[in-house]
Amino acid sequence: MIDVSDVTVRFGGVTPLDGMSVRFEQGICGLIGPNGAGKTTFFNVLSGFVRPVAGTITAFGEDLLKMVHFRRARWGVRRTFQTEQAIEELSIYENVAMIHEHSKMKGGSRREDVLGAIEFVKLEGDPYAKVRTLGAGQRRLVEVARAVVGRPRLVLLDEPAAGLPDEETGHLREVIRGIPEHMGAQVILVDHDMSLVSAVCEMTAVLDFGRLLASGPTAEVLRDERVIRAYLGTEEVA
Amino acid sequence: MTSAGVRTNARPAWLSQTREPRTLIRLAVIVLLLLFVLLALPSMLSLYYVDAMIQVAVYTVVALGLGILVGRVGLVSLGQAAVLAIGAWVSARLLFATSLSFPIVLLASGLVTMVLGTLVGLPALRMRGLYLALITLMLAGAITVVLSTTNFPNGGHGFLGYNGGNVHVPPIRRPSIAATDQAFFRYTVVVSILMFFLVLAHVRGRPGRAWASIRQSESAALAAGINTTLYKLWALALAAFITGVAGGLLAGGQRYLYSIDFVTQDSIILLAVVLMGGAYSMWGAIIAGLLYKFLPALLNNWGVSSDWLTILFGIGVLQALTTAPAGIVDQFPKDMARLGRRLRGLVKRRPPARGEAG
Ligand SMILES: Nc1ncnc2c1ncn2[C@@H]1O[C@H](COP(=O)(O)OP(=O)(O)OP(=O)(O)O)[C@@H](O)[C@H]1O
Ligand SMILES: [Mg+2]
Repeated sequence: MIDVSDVTVRFGGVTPLDGMSVRFEQGICGLIGPNGAGKTTFFNVLSGFVRPVAGTITAFGEDLLKMVHFRRARWGVRRTFQTEQAIEELSIYENVAMIHEHSKMKGGSRREDVLGAIEFVKLEGDPYAKVRTLGAGQRRLVEVARAVVGRPRLVLLDEPAAGLPDEETGHLREVIRGIPEHMGAQVILVDHDMSLVSAVCEMTAVLDFGRLLASGPTAEVLRDERVIRAYLGTEEVA
Repeated sequence: MTSAGVRTNARPAWLSQTREPRTLIRLAVIVLLLLFVLLALPSMLSLYYVDAMIQVAVYTVVALGLGILVGRVGLVSLGQAAVLAIGAWVSARLLFATSLSFPIVLLASGLVTMVLGTLVGLPALRMRGLYLALITLMLAGAITVVLSTTNFPNGGHGFLGYNGGNVHVPPIRRPSIAATDQAFFRYTVVVSILMFFLVLAHVRGRPGRAWASIRQSESAALAAGINTTLYKLWALALAAFITGVAGGLLAGGQRYLYSIDFVTQDSIILLAVVLMGGAYSMWGAIIAGLLYKFLPALLNNWGVSSDWLTILFGIGVLQALTTAPAGIVDQFPKDMARLGRRLRGLVKRRPPARGEAG
């Protein structure tokens, strides 16, 4: 469970997060909002790249903000980025193993865990192929495998389906849906694809101008008047 | 979690790197090349070129170090020539002041240079790109200034070991097994190979993966749990260590060191040849060493002014940055393949109407 209370972030005159409070209970939670609402900034706060000027975040009972950024990954905060981050000159295996070797996990289980994660995202083909040789959809899967290998506690996915064709989004949807059960982690999913969000998220929170606009069961939230109004002109609500 | 044991066709990482026949051929070529360089080459060359080749080997190691910083981690440092000067100074001092064996001196020089060279690179923890390049260049300049007042040790006493310019100056000691120029060349090549192995072990291992991640994106590396500060320091330390060892080889190779031979702009030219040779590849370091020390020796022998080199390097860097970012080592095989296809096309003359590319 992730408890966010009164988190405020300022960049000079901009306030991308303005007293955000929300609780992500368990399973897969959606986080939506128009462009510039502060979703990525919130992920950056969870990752430790951005220090909020106020507020607290408790993750599974621990004060997350007290942890140094690179230690949060070891503790279990994993993420994908809006821009692709799989490393081209390394193989799929090395890309995933790298996360494992910087986690608290023992080296003895590495091979099994890494191949398990690659299998979990259903990446077909040679796990020792260079990421350079993969297509966009497969690279996205490599990033998801990186986010779930070892023992993740909280997986943050920042627009994982952006730019993917429908059948690859379908594949990704099944993979994401399996994360809590098979990898034992809670997921927060940011995406503009409302059909993806409503298909996998039990609950969804809506950000607008850095404030929480609504949160609750996904279907209810997506029917909310204020949410529809916030999205008008930017995105269609499916 | 699904069991991974089912996937029996998966090879362990080390196997996937050595199994292909191409790798074996490449290995054989490397071994033959090394045997040629070690056994045949020194006796084929005049002393002038043996001396040049010692320097090529030395600067290949320096380029290798700079290649780690620029190519692997993405830190553009312009201080490496000064780091080399530190290594040469420390080695010369130890060789005059002690009777330690040459390998021990190389090791000690590598370690001392590692500490000092890492200090030169410390700004890399805070900045990147142009700012880092400028500040390391300024530090290199400062080191050059200090060296021009302290001079290089020449058998004198005291901390600096400098005896003044006009006394009889003994040459810097060489190992007894490598007293002649030819033998010292072989010695230098062997030490250089060891440095390549040291770097290879890092690049293929955990640090190499961490560096690749940092170069890609610092935040993604942090999100992967990588202590980016530690691994940047590690890269700086490794580069400085091997450059310090190279400094010891330079001292033994030259036998006399003068501070006027170490100028700040060497760092810039060094970066230029590393970019031209190919900063992402270890072969690129060898090309960089040849460009930096063999080409000038050749031109000098032919009586061509060295100003042409500066122009050539300028053009070469532009070319590398605009059309061949991975350097000659990457571009040359492609050009050769293209040339081969052209030639084959010519020989065939009017091939039967079969669609062929190129
Ligand atoms: N490092 C930064 N410095 C200054 N302003 C920033 C910085 N990062 C984000 N912002 C601003 O903060 C606001 C929120 O940005 P953020 O990236 O969190 O939005 P988002 O909800 O992820 O949008 P999108 O859906 O487009 O990805 C924007 O106005 C953005 O311009
Ligand atoms: Mg965003």
